[in-house]
Amino acid sequence: MKRIKLVLVFLVVGFLASTHMALAGETLDAVKAKGFVTVGVNGALFGFGQPDDKGVWRGLDVDTGRAIAAAVFGDAEKVKWVPLTAVQRFTALQSAEIDVLCRNATRILTRDTALGLDFVQVNYYDGQGFLVPKKLGVKSAKELDGATICVLPGTTTEMNAADFFRTRNMKWKPVVIEQTAELAKAYFAGRCDALTSDASQLAGTRAVAPNPDDHIILPEIISKEPLAPAVRHGDSQWRDIVDYAVLAMIQAEEMGITSKNVEDMLKSADPLIQRFLGVTPGNGKALGLDEKWAYNIVKQVGNYGEIFERNVGKDTPLKLERGLNALWTKGGLMYTPPFK
Amino acid sequence: MKSQDARATPAAVPFWNDPKKRSLFYQFATLCLVGLLGYYLFTNTVTNLRRQNIASGFSFLQKESAFEIGESVIPYSAADSYGRALLVGALNTLKVAFVGILITTILGTVIGIARLSSNWLLAKLASVYIEAMQDIPILLHLFFWYAFFYESLPSPRQAICPGAGIYLCNRGVAFTIPEAHPAHKYMLLGFLIACVIVYFLRRWAKKRQALTGNYFPVFRVSLALLLGLPFLSWLSFGAPTALNSPKLVGFNFVGGLTVSPEFIALQLGLVLYTAAFVAEVVRAGIRSVGKGQTEAALSLGLRPIPILNLVVLPQALRVIIPPLTSQMLNLTKNSSLAVAIGFPDFVSVANTTMNQTGQAIEGVALIMAVYLLFSLSTSAFMNWYNKRVALVER
Repeated sequence: MKRIKLVLVFLVVGFLASTHMALAGETLDAVKAKGFVTVGVNGALFGFGQPDDKGVWRGLDVDTGRAIAAAVFGDAEKVKWVPLTAVQRFTALQSAEIDVLCRNATRILTRDTALGLDFVQVNYYDGQGFLVPKKLGVKSAKELDGATICVLPGTTTEMNAADFFRTRNMKWKPVVIEQTAELAKAYFAGRCDALTSDASQLAGTRAVAPNPDDHIILPEIISKEPLAPAVRHGDSQWRDIVDYAVLAMIQAEEMGITSKNVEDMLKSADPLIQRFLGVTPGNGKALGLDEKWAYNIVKQVGNYGEIFERNVGKDTPLKLERGLNALWTKGGLMYTPPFK
Repeated sequence: MKSQDARATPAAVPFWNDPKKRSLFYQFATLCLVGLLGYYLFTNTVTNLRRQNIASGFSFLQKESAFEIGESVIPYSAADSYGRALLVGALNTLKVAFVGILITTILGTVIGIARLSSNWLLAKLASVYIEAMQDIPILLHLFFWYAFFYESLPSPRQAICPGAGIYLCNRGVAFTIPEAHPAHKYMLLGFLIACVIVYFLRRWAKKRQALTGNYFPVFRVSLALLLGLPFLSWLSFGAPTALNSPKLVGFNFVGGLTVSPEFIALQLGLVLYTAAFVAEVVRAGIRSVGKGQTEAALSLGLRPIPILNLVVLPQALRVIIPPLTSQMLNLTKNSSLAVAIGFPDFVSVANTTMNQTGQAIEGVALIMAVYLLFSLSTSAFMNWYNKRVALVER
């Protein structure tokens, strides 16, 4: 009986795997054939991936997905959003349920290799921190010895927190709940002394707290979290498209092209801008896309600075600084290869 | 013409017309087909995993897990292997299933009998309970009890103290327990010895009653043995009374025995839900015994308790055991919903393992194997018990 069930699993998974092998060029053809890009997103993370009260998807990751659709179809709305939990996300990508994963996933070595994925250009540089209620009176993460801490499963978060406490020889107790919303509820109700996650997520959680001012993010950032879109390993063309869709937004900001002035920029005499916007053809053909691909991204979605400010910036409830996510020319890490 | 030949020599039926051989052939062919399909898909999976550079195999079980688990019955730290982490998860699931099945059976039986009670209020209360609990999805039960715990109970610093040495707060329930002492080991030993004696005593008493008709008060003697032997060993160690009571240190209670809100919420949800089904099973079993049986026993002069024990239950159990087994299996399988409220059961630990290693197929296979093992052992035990209580036909 046991054997039979085991075999059944292999049958099902094998079937899935066999029907969806990632061969070069295959993903783009499949996407074009069905007429939309299937993007895996968070679904419950304010500022990164969540539908607003009118049901329109909003967020930095969501706009990244839109940019890919704009590059492929010239229409940023040709997207099917698939909300995924942290546990489901990589399996969904491996089994080709989605074409690209834009779900605040950290690029790490084993995911890039053993998971059969390829991460592309980082769309948000993050780091893990701790959110604590003010009344707890804790000023530093080093004072958290013996604490109970709420953690999301299936993330690098679990491992980072374990490493942090182990190196300092401190004791702690994790409470691991799969749904982000349930986890936040448990934290707000006092089930845990602290909530640990990427700093951007903590800001998002704090923004939806009954009273956001009752909670503080501790100063320690205990990990590097380069959050990047991911695609299946093996289809280089699709990987390039997703990669350059993100890079194009950064490049546009660097060139000062915004969704508002992009029409005027078409008339620019700068050969770099002419190449970027497809006035001088070449880039589109190399990627297997329309020459207007970058123009469409900027026109319909915006440059990186625009999507950052729109979703997580100073005027949003998250109030995040650009920090590491500023352009390299402004002291950040956002840097692109030349578009030629 | 052919049929005439066959009639003339009946031994010459060709093998494809022999129903026995034909059915054997079909069975064999089906088996081959299933086997081939399985082999094809298995090799296909392995090839595809290799092509996509996804690691496969079970070697990850020896690697360092590097994540913590909230509660464990065996020592565990992030420095231990994935294998040990999974063992912790499996033991947690076993703990939930064992405690859950025990309480569910008792509660379900009580409610089932209550629903048949001639006391109007009791019977109605039992039916309301059964109808209400059955109709609420189990996941809702879990969310409700978990939320009840963390929303309505205070933080550890303002813990409620309902009785000496017990503290209730949103981190769970902390109990005072006796300080560890060597006497405890011998008390357990005494209890086990008492169990063995009781077993043989019962057999002897039954035989004697069958032979001589003399009745031996087995229940009272057994109770005295089961309580007396541990008590005697406790006395012989000088009756240690040191207590280990929980104290608030830093963020949480330290010492004593703390039961987490996740565990309690999971148990409450599983037990209250499954007990409603068990109650109906018990009621059906008792109802299946004809009223004439009870009346006959009454007319023989038996009292209500012996009637239940000697006449009704032995017959009802035959009907109760098989569906009861299936309820127990349901409880075990439903315990995997623990992941929704943060109890580190096997599925929860396996999920984390799958995510850190990326080996989903192996992880899912392990989950299936573990649940299958638990379920098969439960049903093996219940089948054995069912055989024992089955009606012996003479």
